[in-house]
Order: sequence, then C-alpha cells, then structure tokens
Amino acid sequence: MVNEILRQKIYFALFRGATIFSVATLLFVLLYILKEGSGVISIKFLTGMWSHADITEGGIFPAIIGTFCLAIGVCIVSIPVGICTAIYLNEYAKDNYFTRIIKLAIRNLAGVPSIVYGIFGLAFFVLFLNMGTSLIAASLTLGCMTLPWIITASEEALKAVPYSFREGSYALGAAKWETIRKIVLPNSLSGMLTGSILGISRAIGETAPIIMVGATFYISYLPTSPFDKFMALPYHLYILATQHSSPYAREYAMGTSLVLIALVFILNSGVFILRYNLRKRKEW
Amino acid sequence: MKENRTLIEFRNFDFWYSEKQVLFDVNMKICPDCITALIGPSGCGKSTLIRCINRMNDLISCTRMKGRLLYKNKDINQKHIGVVELRKNIGMVFQKPNPFPMSIFENVAYGLKVQNIKSRSKIKETVEKSLKKADLWDEVKDNLNLSAFSLSGGQQQRLCIARALAIRPDVILLDEPCSALDPIATAKIEYLLKKLKKETTIIIVTHNMQQAKRISDNTCYLLNGKVIEYSKTDDIFHKPKYALTKKYLNGDFG
Ligand SMILES: Nc1ncnc2c1ncn2[C@@H]1O[C@H](COP(=O)(O)OP(=O)(O)O)[C@@H](O)[C@H]1O
Ligand SMILES: [Mg+2]
Repeated sequence: MVNEILRQKIYFALFRGATIFSVATLLFVLLYILKEGSGVISIKFLTGMWSHADITEGGIFPAIIGTFCLAIGVCIVSIPVGICTAIYLNEYAKDNYFTRIIKLAIRNLAGVPSIVYGIFGLAFFVLFLNMGTSLIAASLTLGCMTLPWIITASEEALKAVPYSFREGSYALGAAKWETIRKIVLPNSLSGMLTGSILGISRAIGETAPIIMVGATFYISYLPTSPFDKFMALPYHLYILATQHSSPYAREYAMGTSLVLIALVFILNSGVFILRYNLRKRKEW
Repeated sequence: MKENRTLIEFRNFDFWYSEKQVLFDVNMKICPDCITALIGPSGCGKSTLIRCINRMNDLISCTRMKGRLLYKNKDINQKHIGVVELRKNIGMVFQKPNPFPMSIFENVAYGLKVQNIKSRSKIKETVEKSLKKADLWDEVKDNLNLSAFSLSGGQQQRLCIARALAIRPDVILLDEPCSALDPIATAKIEYLLKKLKKETTIIIVTHNMQQAKRISDNTCYLLNGKVIEYSKTDDIFHKPKYALTKKYLNGDFG
C-alpha cells in the first residue's frame, strides 16, 4: 500500500518535473531575448532604413517589409494549391495503391530539410526559370516547402468532418461538388487555414533556403517588384550575430529576433482569433 | 400483398461488397402509399437492401450487383437515370440522427437550395409545411435559427424527416430510425410515419419486431441476405408460412 502511494508520488513528480522544465526553458529563452534585445527597440529601429556603417543610425524596416512580403508571397503560392490538393486527395481521389503512395510521399516531403528546398529553388526557380535571386523565387521556394505541411493539415481538417454529414447531403440529391462546397468546406475551413498559417509562420523564420534564392544582407531600397532582392529578418539576424564587427551587433541581433518573434506571434494570434470565430458554430 | 400496384420492384437481385455476396436473389414488389417493414437479425443485409433503392451504395467502391431494381418500372441502375434525380424522389433517414451543423431552418431548407429554389417566401413556406408534417413545428417555431444540435435526439430525427420531406419525395427510406431513441421519441416517430404514409411510400428497416407489427402494412423477413417471407404484416405475425420466420418472431434467435 505504502509502496503504491510512493509510486504514485514519484510518477506525479516526474510528469510535473518534465512540464516545469519545458515551460521554464521556453520562458527563459523568451525573457533572455527580451532583456537583451528590448533596449534597441525604438521607432527608428522599427521604421528606419538599414545603415550598414553605423548600425545604431538605422533600423530594420527593410527586413520587416521583406519578411512581410515573403509571408504574403508564400500564402499566395501555397495556400490555394495546398488546400485544393487536399480536397482532391481526400474527396475525389479513389482510395487505391497509387493515392496512398502519393499521400505517403507528401508526408515524407514534409520532413525534408529546408536547405534541400533551398538548393532546389536555386537550381530550378533562380537559374532554370531565370527568375534570378528574387522575392518571387524565394516565395516559390518556401511555398514548395510549406505545401506538404499545408496539404497534411488540410487533409486532417477534411477528415474531421463526419461522414454522416456528407451522406445526409447526398441523400437529399446534392451532387459531389455541392456537398463539398456547402457541407464539407464550411466545416473544415478553420482547420485548414489554421494549419496553413502555422506552416507559413514556421516558414518565414527559415534562413537557409532564402539565402540561396533571394535574401541579401544589405540593400538600400525596399522591394518594389517580385523580381527584386529583399532583406529578411532571420537572415539579418544571422549576419548580425555572426559576421558584423560593430560592438552593438549582438544587441541589435537580439532586438531583431524580438521583432521576428513578435511577427510570428501576431500571425499565430490571428489564427487563434480566426479559429475562435469559425469554431463558434461548430457543435458536433 | 395489400395491393397489386407496384412502385419499386426487385427482380432476381444480387449484391456484393467486393467478393462478399450480401443479397441473394431478392424478389420483392413494394406497393405505393403503404409502410413496408424490413426485419431480420443484424448483419442480414437490411441496410444494404434499403440503400440500393436510392443508390447510396454507389458511394462505396468495389460494389457489384446483378438483376434488376425497378422504380416506376424503370431500372434505376441504368446509366441514363441520374442518381441525383433519383435521390430527389427517394429520400432517406439514417440510423443516427445526422442534422447538418446549421440552424434548424437551414437544415430543412438545404434540399430546396440543392434544387436551386431561390424564392425566399417559397423556401419559408416549405420549411414551415415540412416541419408541421414532421410534428416538429410547435416545438421549434420560435427557435428556427438555433443550431440543430440544440435539439434532443428524437427532435433531431424528426428534423431529419422534415428535411427529407421538404423536397416532396415519393418514397422515404428509414434505416432503423428509432434505434438511438427512447420509447417516447420512438412513439412520436411511429405516429408520424403512420400519418405520412397517405402521401409518401415508406420503407423502414427495424430490428424491433413490435415496431414492424405496430406500423407496417407489409413486412419482409430477411435472413442472411435472402428474403425468407414477405407478406401482409398481419399474416406474417399471426400465421407465418415458414418455420424460420416463426422461430425468429418467437425470439428463438436474432
Ligand atoms: N461497406 C461495406 N463493405 C463491406 N461489407 C459490408 C459493408 N457494409 C455492410 N457490409 C456487410 O454486409 C452484410 C450486411 O450488412 P448490413 O446490410 O449493414 O446488415 P443489417 O443492416 O441488416 O445489419 C454484413 O455482413 C456486413 O458485414
Ligand atoms: Mg443496418
């Protein structure tokens, strides 16, 4: 009996310990960056153009804009294609050997390291399609990388719609597309968008692939067309942390990561609000 | 048979799920404006049989059939018969109430919108009429915009009946519509079905023999995919022709 109680306590302590450890680590990272980086955050830092010679004189505005444009580009490239693919695979494709192979391949692609997508983007979009290192090449590259994530998340959202809803709709004489449009999509869209935007917020933090296909460290203008080069927060951060000689570089790197975290946080809260609003009606 | 008129007819009908044969040489004529009950132990093919009538089995891959299934003397499995058109004439209510995640009103209006009926007044009128026919109007008339999930199980099932009625089908197929409901909700649905048969042919699967006895005009007893006995409900319950039927009705197995 005593033994039993002791065992309970040990397991309880173990699980609680693990939770405390992971929460504490995350909190520590966040607080550390906040403490080190918040000093440089100012209007000038957020809205000024980059000044390479004296980094205290400028800001990271071009990098914020670059990352923002990249996020939009990736959304345009990957959300529609990803969602449509998921609809095809889950609703239309026959469940046969071939379809299963495709689904397995997509799941595997989701695990391919980002740098591999980078080298592919460099070879295919930048060189073969002659796009040059540009915003559009980077959007397409990151779009390819996020596609499998979006497809997988969207498929899960579609699978979560009970089969009995579809059956009810078919029994009333609705055709397939009608059923998808009126029953399946309204009940899975929130899940699909959530998965998509989470994927994109992960993608815009990527450094390795965009270095190869379009991001530059120093540029004196904002991108005005999809074929321009651009600055991006993660790459900027990397250079500041490792290559810049200014004594303030470290602090500015911390400030930059703070901005990047904030951007991701804003995206994720957007998802949260969207999900909350779309979910309100969902009651099965 | 109660009448000689025929609305639906199975002729030497066989059915397979991939390699597994589930229905064997079914011959059966279903007459209009009456209630036909299908009884039999679970797994004997009642759902399969009823789902052939509105071709719901089309949704399952690898099914195969042989023989003919006539609706108004036309083979429903012929290519030129549109399945959508067929399902508009032959409605269906499922075992577990499956209202859509929408308001009560929209649930009933769904079938009308599928038929491209746009006029709001027409939709409103039909929704009200259908809910009244399904004995649900008085309970929901002030809450038509509430989610259908706020209703009780029995109400949800009557909503599904109203939803099916809204497109004025000739036939309604019900697959064990009361198996998830309590006795009071069941009684309401039985009462409703008896009232509805004047205008709509009803085919109901039930594992409750008393239910078949109470409401149906004709009863078909199915065992292992074969029609064992099919005749007037009174006859089948009082003087079953076959020993197997008698045994089942006595509760010796099932
Ligand atoms: N989708 C399916 N695929 C393969 N076999 C099925 C399927 N649906 C039903 N069956 C089989 O067909 C037989 C009859 O099932 P069903 O018509 O559901 O019986 P009942 O409704 O009388 O309980 C059962 O043996 C069942 O296992
Ligand atoms: Mg069944």
